[in-house]
Amino acid sequence: MVLSVEGLTIEAGGRRPILGDVSLTVGRGEIVGLVGESGSGKSTLARSVLRLLPRHSTVSGRVLVAGDDVLTMEPGALRDLRATQVSMIYQDPRSSLNPVRRIGDFLTERMVFTLGRPKAEARARALELLAAVGLREPERHMRQYPHELSGGMLQRVVIAAALAADPALLLADEATSALDVTTQAETLALLRRVQAERELGMLFITHDLHLAAAFCDRVHVLYAGTLVESRPAKELFEDPRHPYTAGLLACTPELDDPRPIRPIPGRPPSLDDAFTGCPFAPRCPHATGACEEWRPRPVTVPGGSAACRLVEV
Amino acid sequence: MAVRKLAGLVATLLATSFVIFGASYAAPGDPVTFLAGGKENLTPEYLAAIRAQYHLDDPFLVQYARWLGDAVTGDLGRSMQYNDQVFDLMLARLPSTLGLVAYASVLFVVFGVALGVLAAVRGGRADSAVVAGTTLATSVPSFVTAAVLISLFGVQLGWFPVMGGGSLWHLTLPAVTLALGALAIISRVTRQAMVEQRELDHVTVARASGLAERLIVTRHVLRGALGPIVTMCGLVTAGMLAGTVVVETAFSLNGIGSLLVKAINTHDFPVTQAVMLFMVAAYIVVTTLVELLQPLIDPRVRRRA
Repeated sequence: MVLSVEGLTIEAGGRRPILGDVSLTVGRGEIVGLVGESGSGKSTLARSVLRLLPRHSTVSGRVLVAGDDVLTMEPGALRDLRATQVSMIYQDPRSSLNPVRRIGDFLTERMVFTLGRPKAEARARALELLAAVGLREPERHMRQYPHELSGGMLQRVVIAAALAADPALLLADEATSALDVTTQAETLALLRRVQAERELGMLFITHDLHLAAAFCDRVHVLYAGTLVESRPAKELFEDPRHPYTAGLLACTPELDDPRPIRPIPGRPPSLDDAFTGCPFAPRCPHATGACEEWRPRPVTVPGGSAACRLVEV
Repeated sequence: MAVRKLAGLVATLLATSFVIFGASYAAPGDPVTFLAGGKENLTPEYLAAIRAQYHLDDPFLVQYARWLGDAVTGDLGRSMQYNDQVFDLMLARLPSTLGLVAYASVLFVVFGVALGVLAAVRGGRADSAVVAGTTLATSVPSFVTAAVLISLFGVQLGWFPVMGGGSLWHLTLPAVTLALGALAIISRVTRQAMVEQRELDHVTVARASGLAERLIVTRHVLRGALGPIVTMCGLVTAGMLAGTVVVETAFSLNGIGSLLVKAINTHDFPVTQAVMLFMVAAYIVVTTLVELLQPLIDPRVRRRA
């Protein structure tokens, strides 16, 4: 396994943990989706893989990258892991780059300062990477500043930088959400291509369940910091078992589907909403009184698991 | 763009020259009595002669126009007190003042920025210590600082000369006095700008790419904070060019500042006006330089310009 998260719980002072007992794995060459509304803890999970934890948080569980626990390793080993094994792609490419430094500096910086490559070699490699992510004028882009490039081009630059150290794992945190639709499609195609070429493991984080189902091999659905359903993308999409997953699928309009759009009632829970039973019960159309008492646990369903009392009975 | 900027500078200089000339015109006391020398010379004929010589009976605007016309051609007039060309008087004293300001600027830039970086990076106690120390240093008036430094390093320890100029050695205590006042503002600006930069996403991105913390501070946080730091250093330096009076007097330095004080005390109008005009011009030059530096610091300014 490239990435193995085991019982990860992160608390940062709210009435409920940001993440509660989350376990998931990403294998080599596998794209694993992580879907949830804003505030569900999906970004916190991705960042914890690089040990970028919220301030004043208490953490339990393990985050293993290639077998080493990220949460307990020495600072030197952690820098090494960040530099060589795990790369992250962020939602907003414009704020991911230092606005006062050139694209070339951004690309060569980590190769020179973290991997210790000679400058000329780093430059050659940067040009190669820019061409590999489909930018036509690598020489010119190297000299440009971030504000001179479009969002789509910048995201390509960020992806190029992520590939600089030949990592084993890519974390894509809403990597296409800030881009317009055509750029989004190009960026997704690019991500898939580099992932397949290099057999990377990828944790693909998005709020868009349809996108995740189309793009990923397996999908985990996160609600209020807990995994509510974890299944292969196709099965999840065709036959969602958890009412929350079904609700997410039902609230997107489709062209040849006469069903009315049914938004999930209520709002996503905040960190100050604590639950005794199932966290989704207050918004769930099928919930009964017993759901308020039932501590969610993964229940085996075809292909994976769903944490719902109604699936169990 | 450059033409508009230049026109703006000329307009500013013109306006200040008018204010400066008007202020000396409106100041109490009649220069004639000083020009005449002793009381025995105060005969009406003699006074009238002097008035005629210095064109003091002309209307205000005519006097201003004549002075401005001369100043533009480089003739700043003759000093009433020294009976010497004002230009030569200033030229002789300029090296002292410029040397003092340059020395002090190096000191406050190096130590101010270093303390600001320390406060921002370490936080906690180091932060409080820097804020408390620099605030104390700034709130002590410079004549008190001067007296303390003179008595400690000049008289008791005997490390530095206490008066006069001419060498870096002589300028050390005055420069330290001048720089201490600027330390708080520079370290505060540095600290604040760095704290703001540190919160930006791209800094987290750099950290997530495995860059060492030291490199993150120098290559991203400090680099991003450079704009406000350079601006503030420039403004403080510009202000110093017009603020050396007290320090020059305390250390008996023969500079522009002490020239101005003597000129005011003796109603030496041509010198007063010329020195003040020089101070305004120096301020404008330094702030313009700072402005010209901004596009080099932040490439985003280049496009807007």
